[in-house]
Amino acid sequence: MSGLLEVRGLTVELPTPSGWVRPVNEVSLRIGAGESMGLVGESGSGKTMLSLALMGLLPPGARVSGEAKLAAQPQASTKNLTTLSEREWRDVRGGAIAMVFQEPMTSLNPVMRIRAQIEEAIRAHQPKLKTDEVKRKAIDALRLAAVPEPESRAEQFPHQLSGGLRQRAMIAMAVAAGPRLLIADEPTTALDVTVQKQILDLLDRLRRELKLGLLFITHDLGAVAQVAERVAVMYAGRIIEEGPARNVLAKPQHPYTQGLLRASPTLKRGTLTPIPGTVPQLTALPPGCAFEPRCELRRAECAGAVPALRIISSDQAARCILV
Amino acid sequence: METLLSVRELRKTYRRGGGVFSQESEGARFTAVDGVSFEVARGETFAVVGESGCGKTTLARMLLRLIEPDSGEIQFEGRDLLGLHGADLRAARRQMQMVFQDPYASLNPRMRVGEIVSEPLAIHEPVLTRDQRLERTAAILRRVGLTEEAMQRYPHEFSGGQRQRIGIARALILQPKLIVADEPVSALDVSVGAQVLLLLQELQREFALTYVFISHSLPVVAQVATRIAVMRAGQFVEVGLAEQVLNQPQNVYTRELLSAVPELPRA
Repeated sequence: MSGLLEVRGLTVELPTPSGWVRPVNEVSLRIGAGESMGLVGESGSGKTMLSLALMGLLPPGARVSGEAKLAAQPQASTKNLTTLSEREWRDVRGGAIAMVFQEPMTSLNPVMRIRAQIEEAIRAHQPKLKTDEVKRKAIDALRLAAVPEPESRAEQFPHQLSGGLRQRAMIAMAVAAGPRLLIADEPTTALDVTVQKQILDLLDRLRRELKLGLLFITHDLGAVAQVAERVAVMYAGRIIEEGPARNVLAKPQHPYTQGLLRASPTLKRGTLTPIPGTVPQLTALPPGCAFEPRCELRRAECAGAVPALRIISSDQAARCILV
Repeated sequence: METLLSVRELRKTYRRGGGVFSQESEGARFTAVDGVSFEVARGETFAVVGESGCGKTTLARMLLRLIEPDSGEIQFEGRDLLGLHGADLRAARRQMQMVFQDPYASLNPRMRVGEIVSEPLAIHEPVLTRDQRLERTAAILRRVGLTEEAMQRYPHEFSGGQRQRIGIARALILQPKLIVADEPVSALDVSVGAQVLLLLQELQREFALTYVFISHSLPVVAQVATRIAVMRAGQFVEVGLAEQVLNQPQNVYTRELLSAVPELPRA
């Protein structure tokens, strides 16, 4: 599989009154064209900050180190996203990389028709396109996102659409300029379960048809099982387990992944086991393994140093001394 | 089983659209809750599950008379709740408390946690001395897994899970009989949400509480419910024992909801 995105040792640091914190800490991952990667984590795990770093949307004052190489075009040389200027970002953001956000109502402009918003996304990257060509592309994008009656929906405003249709319109806007990598940050969290399934199916279909690399960010292990081929689990800024979705979800190796699965409600009754304690503050991380204070399997050496990612099999790894 | 709460043909409609700029006719109305009837037995957890807009939150709020129904009947401990006024209504209300969805929005940011949790006592038991009030507040905070020091702090100093514990402490301090919990864990992280669900179950046993538990999530409801009512477009489409609804659903919509729940691969 051709490498589309290759992230190596990516670290994001933010200034706080109590010093610099690292919401993203030495993260490495790879996504090929047409591949999907699920990034799982609870709030404060750094998953959203990682996606913002890949979109060049970090808050002012943030420090970035490491590499994030993107093959913006199939044959062209790769670009390192961590060193782009704001001018270069304008081509990449919304062009080669597009993003779908959690809440379509707050991400769409309430006073613009759907068509105008999609056309704006197309024009930003193909300014020389003729007006009717842009218009046709916008309708095509809506059709691609399986919006029923795209011509009439295009003339509506966001508030006239249901939550599911709004999310489809967002997805249409994201794919309109022909991105190679799509980042979807909790795209179904605000939706009803029956609609959620349709949107996940849509993302999966677009990935296959358009050969998109898909980075799917979520806290929902069930949703990840539906769309991601590979899964990376984040905790306190680091990836603590990575591997094929089937293996990670069915045979989790890291105690945190195991705990997260036991704490996720399923239709089976009486099986819920919470993880004690809370996610540590980034300003007060334990010196060793960040999960050590909550871990039932901890040993004395866990508090000593941050464990390395250990290879379990050819394609699964976990950051735990017990594996 | 003794009935604690009995609801008959409860109904609530809203004017559709409306507002100053509305061009729609006065007659267009939207039925949020459309003739719902059920009984809740003492000590059980009666769960109402449905998608957004099905009317479950309107129903929850009507049970506490935070929204006045258009018609119908609510009996709480055999008394007609909708007929109560003034002191009688206040007396009934202290027996029924609510836990809200968003622990960020439901706690006053300018009040210390001690004041937030003890405020119901100040209203309903004004004869207590300050020391008695503090003691009760400290005790309930400890019971929900917080420390006494929390009383001096403000809500923003706490995580989402801790804030939900503060909301639960506030609901429990009057030792109510009925708790209406509206999506109590949907704003929380998975690991923390599980802690809160288990805490609610412990408290139910300890204080002999009865729950009406509102949620959009069948997996969450499956963990706590004695009985489940599936709500759609203002009506209950199926009501039954939790095992039955989850394992042998009778209604098409219940089956649709169950099949939309994503499955995790098993080892």
